[in-house]
Amino acid sequence: MMRLDCHEVWLEISNYIDDAVTPAMRDELEAHLAQCRNCAALLDSVHNVVVLIADDRRFELPVGFSERLHLRLALELAGDGS
Amino acid sequence: MEQASVPVQPSPTGLPDEREKLLLAKILNGERDCFYELIAPYERRVYLTAYEILRNSPDAEEVAQEAFLKAYRGLSKFRGESKFSTWLLRITVNEARMRWRKVREVSLESLLPEDDETGYTPLQLADWREIPGEALDKRETREQISQALAALPEKYREILTLRDINGLSVAETAEALDLGISNVKTRLFRARMQLRDAFIALGQNTTQGKKKTGWLR
Repeated sequence: MMRLDCHEVWLEISNYIDDAVTPAMRDELEAHLAQCRNCAALLDSVHNVVVLIADDRRFELPVGFSERLHLRLALELAGDGS
Repeated sequence: MEQASVPVQPSPTGLPDEREKLLLAKILNGERDCFYELIAPYERRVYLTAYEILRNSPDAEEVAQEAFLKAYRGLSKFRGESKFSTWLLRITVNEARMRWRKVREVSLESLLPEDDETGYTPLQLADWREIPGEALDKRETREQISQALAALPEKYREILTLRDINGLSVAETAEALDLGISNVKTRLFRARMQLRDAFIALGQNTTQGKKKTGWLR
């Protein structure tokens, strides 16, 4: 088994999170991560920020957004009378 | 140490494919009001995509409206080769970009190195911090991640918004951004790493003087 160094692991962390690595690479990464606290921490933190930005509670639609959109669309939908 | 549970696969919700196809056919056939049902699942996603790129609520709302209008006007050109949601988000990103470039005459990002770099060294190499699971649930943490995202260059905000917030696949993200798959992967890698670095840096600033340990458990 070839051994990955930390730099090589960092380059693959994003693909690993996306499950877009080959099974062989996955084994290599997991072997490294099991032994390297730094890389494991990096993976954890990258994974967590990815989870965090997707958190629905971060967003609020402005009040009345939908109503204003529909009003504007209604004008358009009524307008081009073909 | 907790291992991250991978992979992350946000699941975008939309109408069932058959329903979407039926609505598209009806609209093109003159039943225009079906457009409201077609776009209902995407109102929020279109707005937040525009918002993450523009960082300004009134601009984002206007861009979202424009994107929906453009989608309606261009519906006959949508041939169903991609998903409707991908097509719609592509329009949204393009509208938001145009607006962004208008408000920021000279883009600082054009001065940044291109994506063909593959090197990465985590910020604060000596300071490995994890983000504890319980922090994920705090409002303060959510505000901090929003700030970190806002601090990234536009192209990174775009890709994170499409892939990680809207849950587009890598292939769909490539289509929405008109990029190759490998460019998407490289840009996504850099964007996620920078987001992580920015988030950690913000955490340090806000925890300094309060808690010496920051994220450390």
